[in-house]
Amino acid sequence: MERTIRVLVAKPGLDGHDRGAKVIARALRDAGMEVIYTGLRQTPEQIVSAAVQEDVDVVAMSILSGAHNHLFPRVTELLKEKGVDDMLVIGGGVIPDDDIPGLKAAGIAAVFTPGSPTGDIIEFIKKNLKRKA
Amino acid sequence: MDDSAVSAERVRSGDARAAARLISMIEREDPSRLAVLKALHAYGGKAHVVGITGPPGAGKSTLTDKLVGDLRGRGRRVAVIAVDPSSPFTGGAILGDRIRMQRHATDDGVYIRSLATRGHLGGLSRAAGEAVRVLDAAGYDDVIIETVGVGQSEVDIVRIADTVVLVSVPGLGDDIQAIKAGVMEIGDVFCVNKADKDGAERVVREIRAMLETAVLNGAATRFTPLFEARSALRGADGSAPAATPNPGSTEQGAFHHIAAQAPGHPNLEIPPVVTTVAETGEGIARLVDEIKAHEAALAATGFLRSRREANLAWELGRGAAQRVLSELERDESREALTELARSVLDRDIDYYDALDALEDAMTRTRRAVTTA
Repeated sequence: MERTIRVLVAKPGLDGHDRGAKVIARALRDAGMEVIYTGLRQTPEQIVSAAVQEDVDVVAMSILSGAHNHLFPRVTELLKEKGVDDMLVIGGGVIPDDDIPGLKAAGIAAVFTPGSPTGDIIEFIKKNLKRKA
Repeated sequence: MDDSAVSAERVRSGDARAAARLISMIEREDPSRLAVLKALHAYGGKAHVVGITGPPGAGKSTLTDKLVGDLRGRGRRVAVIAVDPSSPFTGGAILGDRIRMQRHATDDGVYIRSLATRGHLGGLSRAAGEAVRVLDAAGYDDVIIETVGVGQSEVDIVRIADTVVLVSVPGLGDDIQAIKAGVMEIGDVFCVNKADKDGAERVVREIRAMLETAVLNGAATRFTPLFEARSALRGADGSAPAATPNPGSTEQGAFHHIAAQAPGHPNLEIPPVVTTVAETGEGIARLVDEIKAHEAALAATGFLRSRREANLAWELGRGAAQRVLSELERDESREALTELARSVLDRDIDYYDALDALEDAMTRTRRAVTTA
């Protein structure tokens, strides 16, 4: 049976709305993926724990508030602590270009800023899954 | 983590990753799951399996979240399986039940797993039954299954759960909805959620009236056999039901507590109808009391065993049918089927002879396989 891609879509930090994350969730769903949506104001600990319990292939996070340099690397750090090395972690939101290299070095495989076509995100996920279908 | 690292030992030790991966292997029907499931078999049968079902928007997820909180307060480890529908067109799904339960995400005594139906009708996913067995063997005391929002015929949950909680809300429709066959017949405990909304009282009255009528008509419902087993037990030792309801503290108390008395029919027993406001937590403790009283009554009557027997017999039948279907989908079988179809169309044999021939052929193949 063909493997269904499971994605956790999460909003770490204190953002007030999640319209963008919902658009992404919907686009991934329409691309045939199963999207576990966790809602607003999640701590990195909650995100990692949910990712493990749901056995997802991808963790997709979005931040608008500017806390990405702290929260995104914290998630990859916690995953590493738990010995999880086969989940693809991607980020998105309002993120200055200057911050992207640092995030990539911290294990965020790709960063999608406002205006990124959802098709690019879907393609990136399909091409970069760490667990092979 | 590699799939081959999943072992019964790891699942048993409370390793959430191992349990999670095993459930994924079940979902894609990976044959390597079987060795682990077989090794886990000996440890199963201890969890209380509770189904939460009801129409979309009834508040099942919020209610489940609150049930988990209450059960944790009682020192129990809880697992949740939350099922949402897959798109029939793309196969994709948004699994959003977890949003309401995320406060439990970092509690080691709670495991939550979202499953998509992946084309399975009936209100659950095909993996749900095996997933329950995994979480049971992993040592969770309660396994709660939240079904998709059901209409009037998605009743798979009765085959898996020991106790089914049917959740209703005010404002869904007129009272004819309550007397239609289907989901209304499958509850062991009835819950009217959003009880602070207009019309909640009426929904309670309608459900009670429906249950009373079912009992008076001698209708076969999910709860009647338990009530019968209970009165037989009472008759056997000649004791009367306890006078004061005392949830769960003694068998008699649990017995008495499980069923509400129908107003106007003092001797008529119907399942409890509990009002809740899940958002605020109102009525949750009472709901958990009723769920646990039902479990106690099942255990005391021996009906837990007979319910599980019946469910397993049904599941085995389905499993066998699935094996036959898989066999028929093989290329050789397709050829044989086409051959037989030609013979029927040419009027050489009739349809029923063809079926008999097919059955014979399958039996022979199976014998050949088992003796080889």
